[in-house]
Amino acid sequence: MNVRSQISMVFHLDKCIGCHTCSIACKNIWTDRKGTEYMWWNNVETKPGTGFPTKWEDQEKYRGGWELRDGKLVLKSTSKAKTVTNIFHNPSMPSMDDYYEPWTYKYDELFNAPEGSDQPTARPVSMVTGEYINVESGPNWDDDLGGSRIYAESDPNLKGLSEEQRQQLSAVERLVLFYFPRICNHCLNPSCVASCPSGALYKRGEDGIVLIDQKRCRGWRACVAACPYKKTFYNWSTGKSEKCVLCYPRLETGEAPACFHSCVGRIRYLGVLLYDADRLEEVAKLPDEQLIDGHRSLILDPHDPEVIAAARKNDIHDSVIESAQNSPVYKFVKEWKIALPPHIEFRTLPMLFYVPPMSPVMANRNDDTVSSVSDEFFHDIEQARVPLQFLANLFGAGHQGKLLYALKKQKAVRVYRRSRTVGDIPMKTAEAILREADCTVEEAEGIYKLTSLCTFEERFVIPPMHREEAIEMMKDPQEHKTAVGFGFLDPPKRGL
Amino acid sequence: MFEIGPFLLDTVLFVVFPYVSLVVFLIVSIRRYRSESFTYSSLSSQFLENKHHFWGLVPFHYGIIVVLVGHVVAFLLPREILWWNSHPARLYILEGSAFVAALLCMVGLVSIIIRRITDPKIRIVTSVADWVIFGNFIVQILSGLYVALFHSWGSSWFASLAAPYLWSLVTLTPDITYVTAMPWMVKLHIVSAYTMIAFAPFTRLVHILVVPNPYLWRKPQVVRWYGIRRKSKRSTAESGAFVDASN
Repeated sequence: MNVRSQISMVFHLDKCIGCHTCSIACKNIWTDRKGTEYMWWNNVETKPGTGFPTKWEDQEKYRGGWELRDGKLVLKSTSKAKTVTNIFHNPSMPSMDDYYEPWTYKYDELFNAPEGSDQPTARPVSMVTGEYINVESGPNWDDDLGGSRIYAESDPNLKGLSEEQRQQLSAVERLVLFYFPRICNHCLNPSCVASCPSGALYKRGEDGIVLIDQKRCRGWRACVAACPYKKTFYNWSTGKSEKCVLCYPRLETGEAPACFHSCVGRIRYLGVLLYDADRLEEVAKLPDEQLIDGHRSLILDPHDPEVIAAARKNDIHDSVIESAQNSPVYKFVKEWKIALPPHIEFRTLPMLFYVPPMSPVMANRNDDTVSSVSDEFFHDIEQARVPLQFLANLFGAGHQGKLLYALKKQKAVRVYRRSRTVGDIPMKTAEAILREADCTVEEAEGIYKLTSLCTFEERFVIPPMHREEAIEMMKDPQEHKTAVGFGFLDPPKRGL
Repeated sequence: MFEIGPFLLDTVLFVVFPYVSLVVFLIVSIRRYRSESFTYSSLSSQFLENKHHFWGLVPFHYGIIVVLVGHVVAFLLPREILWWNSHPARLYILEGSAFVAALLCMVGLVSIIIRRITDPKIRIVTSVADWVIFGNFIVQILSGLYVALFHSWGSSWFASLAAPYLWSLVTLTPDITYVTAMPWMVKLHIVSAYTMIAFAPFTRLVHILVVPNPYLWRKPQVVRWYGIRRKSKRSTAESGAFVDASN
């Protein structure tokens, strides 16, 4: 057992209202520089929909992530030999057309336009060329399905759905959608890191954050192609790639990342997970249907004395172990098993988990009357408006079992709480439903509390980063303190 | 030594200039790598335009690699080249393939320049230095093609004339008698090459010096730790992880 700690995340999709506050918080801090305007380290997608960049989940097109070839785990987009032969032109590289051409408006024309009979307008101009452009796509172009069926119908996750189920998703006046916020997953087996010809990408040993060393990056763009989630981006102005840094400067001072901190729906949770780094390769090679269980088995119980001893042996600080014991992520992912990794079939072992959304209550429209489809208080999960197979393609590698379990448990908690607070469902019925969903009363209370009543401190359990101890290994912290704190910031200037 | 006229000019161009350009190349390349590592790459524009990119970049780079390697081999192994060329058939094969590679390079370069001019997004990321490089390359490749066509057989006389001249520079006993009598197109080719060497470290051409060296041998995953840890703690048994304590 080789215990490591990883800062991990849970997004509770039932609570996401699709307001994009997270995206804006991130944009204002990190990606408003030249060359990064088109990047959205955090974005919110409408599902079903094509996402950003368009159809990123379609790996026939983008060739991201890993695949098993003759029992070996290999990158889809590249290999050692291909890195050399394709070094001048990366055939798996997406272009700006797959994202969008960023634009702004000529606001000054509103004020400086000469007097005339027409209303002055602020025309859109490209943030690349500075010339007028016709805006034809954007980072959330299919937001709320964008007024057209083509976006929802082009979703790669519709694979394996029957015609009837597809109809169900997009029938007029019965249209259904949910929001899917995304950041870098800070994977355990990141394909971006594995693909980098210059070794500029790395995972931080202490907290698992995946970063790009800007001084070592040589702009070969392999990471952009290799990341199946398309969460590394190429800065066309500096010639380097950039990605979500999980706001590590904020984390190091005990603050939640900006997108987490600003989340209006309070859908985001962050905490430490302890995992066994010795078994990564073994798990990443499991067949699709075993990947979720395998991934969960990597996550270690922070209360287990053996795990604690092994963690201490690996220099993991007691305060980090304690933080792992209070981690909301551990509860959602490992104890309750209601948070699932996105597209685990890409085999990067993502460390951002999603609580799948419950669909709206099902009703049938017969001429002028609307009647509930199910006699139950909450409708049957398997009859949900969002077909289970669609969610399974997103969060279950195409297999419905884990999704069904997570949704049934969520439903059971609702029935139980309804019984407790309103009382129109007998507690006996509620308890039976809980049992059926593999959930105890204590667990149901825990899920209810962490979902509905969670405080800031319960949602974000940020471990102390102990930079002072790292510094101590190099030199006297007192001496270090007097030697830093004043310096120069240079713009990202290139050569001639 | 004190004669004026072409001889002095030859001395400047074929003795002073190569040393100056080499010294500039070495000092600036090393200094830039050490203090401005961030700038040490080309500025890829594939992201802004993905299709035309292939038809320019690929033929240009493969062409120039073949041509460059050919020059280096002829410089290092002149005797072997002469031996190889002793059969006409082998000479034609060598000259023919070198010429094709140079043509490939030229076609690629033209394609690159057209792309730089016509695509508005690519124009934005093109600097003045890029145009200087393009101009230098045009002179270099066209003069090379001209020499190959009209002063045959270059591969043989390079081995017997240019190689000794270059070696005389390397051994710090410059002897320009080999080059003074050469046709002016050959001289242009040589001087243009020195210009490129001198100018390269200031521009995007530094990307020639960075190769994916550790990648080809390293394990897939890279982990970095703060500070210094005992090696055993970093665990060598982890799944294929390459450990780097540089930061």
